[in-house]
Amino acid sequence: MPVKVSMTVNGKPVSAEVEERTLLVNFIREHLRLTGTHVGCDTAQCGACTIEMNGDAVKACNMLAMQAEGAKITTIEGIAAADGTLHPMQEAFREHHALQCGFCTPGMVISAIDLVRRHPNPSEEVVRAELDGNFCRCTGYHNIVKAILDAAPKVAAMR
Amino acid sequence: MYAFTYRKAKDVKDAAAGLAKNADAKLLAGGQSLIAAMKLRLSAPPELIDLGTISELRGIKSDGKNVVIGAMTRHAEVAASTDVKKAIPALAYLASQIGDRMVRNMGTLGGAIAHNDPAADYPAAVVGLGATVETNKRKIDADAFFKGIYETALDPGEIITSVSFPIPKRAAYMKFKQPASRFAMVGVMVADTGKDVRVAVTGAGPCVFRVKEMEQALGKKFAPDSVANIKVPDKGLNSDIHASAEYRAHLVTVMAKRAVEAALK
Repeated sequence: MPVKVSMTVNGKPVSAEVEERTLLVNFIREHLRLTGTHVGCDTAQCGACTIEMNGDAVKACNMLAMQAEGAKITTIEGIAAADGTLHPMQEAFREHHALQCGFCTPGMVISAIDLVRRHPNPSEEVVRAELDGNFCRCTGYHNIVKAILDAAPKVAAMR
Repeated sequence: MYAFTYRKAKDVKDAAAGLAKNADAKLLAGGQSLIAAMKLRLSAPPELIDLGTISELRGIKSDGKNVVIGAMTRHAEVAASTDVKKAIPALAYLASQIGDRMVRNMGTLGGAIAHNDPAADYPAAVVGLGATVETNKRKIDADAFFKGIYETALDPGEIITSVSFPIPKRAAYMKFKQPASRFAMVGVMVADTGKDVRVAVTGAGPCVFRVKEMEQALGKKFAPDSVANIKVPDKGLNSDIHASAEYRAHLVTVMAKRAVEAALK
């Protein structure tokens, strides 16, 4: 039996009739057509589906859309400025060549923003430990770590 | 995932009433194990009762003797709590090592111990620290709570409301992580309560267990050397592609020794 779910996604209120078993990631991708949030492993290990819910990074493939009822959600589509200027974290990823195929990047960027909010001046060790939940199979992580270390003070200065 | 009906419980009473009406219904806490199991069709409850919006189940209180943590308190909250870090740093550390950041932002204490995954971290804290599990019906001692693989002393319709952790004199948790799943290949909590010493092991066997021989040795002398030569038998321990039973048995001694070292720091 379909149920109604409502939340705020990237600043816009959205609501839809969904099946109870609809995963949040499917709601985002298939109902809202925001396909920047990826489904990688679909078993809550790889982190490609990472989004922000009420200020915390979570894995959208491992929760129901109904669990996000009333929540404020930010996806990768919601972090650049209105005029298209990239978020400093996105810009740093571009600058440092922190992606190759790009599949993990949306989740990686959302996790990275969450990370520098909690650790405004992180050490390399902290960055590597905190990226535990995001897999990248191309880069070997070095450039991702460089990008995050570079972006951290800029992201901290945003608030 | 098979179809199911879903509803949010208003409070613990409402959740209990839902369970009374449908004995096959399952409670949804953070869902970090349950949703994954349902996706794999390992679990197919006809109804989910979501505890997510029950505020009375969330929060951390410390009174100098015990740290009481609400069942729906998330791992990230326990890991970041100044009260927990001050009173039982080993518990905050353990919570900080569960899964990854995103899992810790959703997963809850009550959900983790009700699920009782053999490689979960929290059972080692509950048994190692000699905690008391409080439900909507009674209080259950840690030693009586975990019954076997994915099995607990909870009755049908019983809901965990909080866990009370007595503050130990010193304690530490050491975990050998399975790097892909981040579950404990072996995790050992060592706690010196001031009266006695408790050693609880997770990940190694089908269910968390205590090592009495190590507890007695540490009771006489709380030092890494006391456990360095105590081996647990590998018979009955978990054996899989990640580690053999022999290796897990070996890790129990190594992790116990490191936990004692850490507790002394």
